[in-house]
Amino acid sequence: MAVSDTATMGTPSCTDPVALHEWYPISALVEITPGLVHRTQLLGGAISYTRTPGGSRPVVWPSGGEASGAEVDGLAVDHQLPVRVKFGYVWTTLGRPEHELFDIAECDEADRRIQNGGSIMVATSAPRAIENFLDMGHFPYVHTGILGAEPRTEVLEYDVEVTDEEILATRCLFFQPQAALSASDGQMTEYVYRVPHPYCVMLYKSVPTDASRMDVIALFCQPMTEERVRAHNFLCMVDAVNSDTALKRFQQLIFGQDKPILENQSPRRLPLDPRAETPIRADKSSISYRRWLSAKGLTYAVIPATAPSPTPAPTPAPTRSS
Amino acid sequence: MEPDPSTSWYPVARSDDLPLRHVFQGELLGRELAIWRADDGFVNVWENRCLHRGVRLSIGLNEGRELRCQYHGWRYANRTAGCTYIPAHPADAPARVICNVTFPAVERYGLVWTCDSPGGVAPGDGPPVLAALEAAAPLGLRNLPVNAEPSTVLDELAAYAFVPTGLLAQRTAHDRPVAGSATLGTEELGAEVSVTDRGHSWIELTARMGEAASRVVLFVQPVDSARSVVRGVLAGGADGADGADGAGVHSPERDQMAVLRHHHRELSRLRDAIEDRAARRPSPVPMTPRLQQVRLRPAESALEHDRRDGGRRTGLRVSVARRWDTADAIVAFELRQLDGLLPTPRPGAHIDVELPNGLVRQYSLVNGPGETDRYLIGVKREPASRGGSACLHDTVIVGDVLAISEPRNNFPLRRDSFRTILIAGGIGITPLLSMAQALHWSGHTYELHYFAQSAGHVAFTEILDSLGPDVTTHLGLDPSGTGSVLTRLLSDPEDGGHVYVCGPGPMLDATRNTATTAGWPDHAVHFEYFTNATEIDSSSSFEVELARSALTLPVPAGSSIMDVLRANGVAVASSCEQGACGTCLTAVIAGEPDHQDVYLNASERRAGDRMAICVSRSRSPRLVLDI
Ligand code: FES
Ligand SMILES: [Fe+2]
Repeated sequence: MAVSDTATMGTPSCTDPVALHEWYPISALVEITPGLVHRTQLLGGAISYTRTPGGSRPVVWPSGGEASGAEVDGLAVDHQLPVRVKFGYVWTTLGRPEHELFDIAECDEADRRIQNGGSIMVATSAPRAIENFLDMGHFPYVHTGILGAEPRTEVLEYDVEVTDEEILATRCLFFQPQAALSASDGQMTEYVYRVPHPYCVMLYKSVPTDASRMDVIALFCQPMTEERVRAHNFLCMVDAVNSDTALKRFQQLIFGQDKPILENQSPRRLPLDPRAETPIRADKSSISYRRWLSAKGLTYAVIPATAPSPTPAPTPAPTRSS
Repeated sequence: MEPDPSTSWYPVARSDDLPLRHVFQGELLGRELAIWRADDGFVNVWENRCLHRGVRLSIGLNEGRELRCQYHGWRYANRTAGCTYIPAHPADAPARVICNVTFPAVERYGLVWTCDSPGGVAPGDGPPVLAALEAAAPLGLRNLPVNAEPSTVLDELAAYAFVPTGLLAQRTAHDRPVAGSATLGTEELGAEVSVTDRGHSWIELTARMGEAASRVVLFVQPVDSARSVVRGVLAGGADGADGADGAGVHSPERDQMAVLRHHHRELSRLRDAIEDRAARRPSPVPMTPRLQQVRLRPAESALEHDRRDGGRRTGLRVSVARRWDTADAIVAFELRQLDGLLPTPRPGAHIDVELPNGLVRQYSLVNGPGETDRYLIGVKREPASRGGSACLHDTVIVGDVLAISEPRNNFPLRRDSFRTILIAGGIGITPLLSMAQALHWSGHTYELHYFAQSAGHVAFTEILDSLGPDVTTHLGLDPSGTGSVLTRLLSDPEDGGHVYVCGPGPMLDATRNTATTAGWPDHAVHFEYFTNATEIDSSSSFEVELARSALTLPVPAGSSIMDVLRANGVAVASSCEQGACGTCLTAVIAGEPDHQDVYLNASERRAGDRMAICVSRSRSPRLVLDI
């Protein structure tokens, strides 16, 4: 299972063109020390990155023998990979994407607080992390008392629109308790979910102090391997009260509750065959997401719907009679 | 010949790995298992994967009667692993097909045994029965994980050397060190060890030293192609009563400790040697157990109303295991399936019972959560009985076999409100008792009000007692007394609260009217009629057009739509045929139905898009039905 995790050199193990020709986040820009080597993994291959000394230009390349933390002159690096800086993250690709990265209009508003709420490694596939982010049904059980609380567990019908470019789920309503107050003082909260990239998802939630505006929280997934992901929690909030640290800490609390669940899911790759698991009406957005990935022909980090059932390996006899 | 792993039994846990309300994670042949003991003692061995979104059930909650998944709170029943509740859709009963993969389980020699045979059907004769371990209380040794192929481990265990139990015990009793120290082996002690029996996954060894002898059986659990667990059981326990060793009298606990320590040390030494040799061989390919596909259904229909499966089917055979008088004129029957498992009952469900006299009657199940090895019903002798209740009361005795239907649920229980009021009148207590138990055991708040003529008319008191203070009985009230209690109970309609009522017609009407007057919305008041007391008007005649069957049929006065359809060879599902059960609800495409049922609520009646074709008729000269 962990075979593909051992890549140390810059050869990706991924051969899926859909996954290769896509942009991926690898780090928050501010977390890169200029002049030093940082290493990570993308699609099974090792990549290194840095910022040019004194400057802010990020440089990304397939890892050679350089050690993490070593000094490096970014300007002198050969074989640089394409780079974009967007939403405060450095994005790169191992292929040649014909499209640019998606936009988030709210990021252009002057009073937005934009930051990385944490880049967290999870032992699961990127699509499992996306699907968890799209899912309201787990709020009362995984984010008990914060995003949901028993007995108000109903997922009301919501709308899902699917285009080639993205999935949009609207009118998503869920009961949210007030922290530390009697649960009956909670209220219905409305969410909008958007999936503009196979491994990126965002939610819009109205700002408590200004109903006309929406906070944006996103999960940008860096598929390190098929079964390991670095999830970058992106925050774009209208909040004049809480400190950056408080917003970050809240996001990390929420994600920290999801992580053990994600790591206890099997199989880790997302099965695209609708019969591999048991969807219910509440899973409408996940049903759409799986079909959307299938339609794109994506095979990386998923178990494609058309795949024949895994052929049992020649099972070694567990015991032998004498 | 290699044994077929799907019919071979292997130990996967110790009985004491399953303490109260715990879920143990086991593994067999590359497959993870969630193993848990329900409060009734039953040991469940399930695939360790929630079939909703694949989360390990071993991180779920053992609530004693049901296992709850951590991710979305789906509940699975003890024994059957059938899903009983999907919190995201509180109004719907989960489809019957939603059922986890189960494996058979047997406890023997302090171990939990199973085999790789999904579906829970126990093959063959069960785990091995070994004469050595049958004799006296055997002692379980500490289990020992070994990183090596199970077949090799079994072969190498033949070299296991140990000292007979009696000698170990004697030595501790006299405070002399056992076998000196870890450096002194059994060879030095001169024990003679031989393989005295073996099976495809176990080996029995006997150690002799002078007069003393003891036997150990070592079972090999094949965890994966390169991982095993050795589970040893010592015949005769720590006092060595198994062999001819004639040990003296000493402290049993100290003996036991000494014996366990000795075996653990010797087995660990052997393990190290086995692992050393295994590490020098190429490691075998890991096993890939077949994951069970979810039963075939279109994805979107995982949730459905049970009644769609309706119809008059009494395909299950049960025998009457027990019958007793539970109250004045009420007999309780406990029904058990002749073989295999009964379908999982859910709160509010009923079954059709085919009586010896040919009549079919519906009875609500009284079962609490996790009570999956039997169906419990309560039957009241109706003075005006057409022969149903009288037949059960007078002729059905213990040992009789009855044909019943699978449980159907027209009265599903929501569990998402802060306030749930259950109101029962007389024998109407039965569905509400299953609801009350479900709410009670899953920690939801609720109140059950039971209206009965007298204390002697209160049925199932043992269940009521187990529920405690959430139950109130109201005895001997006349209609106006009942009315004022109902007014009080329902005076404070709560947003998101729900009322469930079952009982005689007049009481039902009173409850529904009181609730409406108090301001409870229709959708918050759930009811089940036992018999439809409304006078049925079948005097009008009209025409039905069957859109999908391209048939137009006249419905004369005195015949129901259902009668006419059946007479013309159109199969329609039905159950009560009194407009009470909802089984025959049919979509109306055009025309104005004349509702005569008691199933639909006011807003559903106004909508006019569904009708109960067993009793309802037409206001318009023509009705177009989606059949
Ligand atoms: S994964 Fe178990 S309830 Fe959803
Ligand atoms: Fe979550």
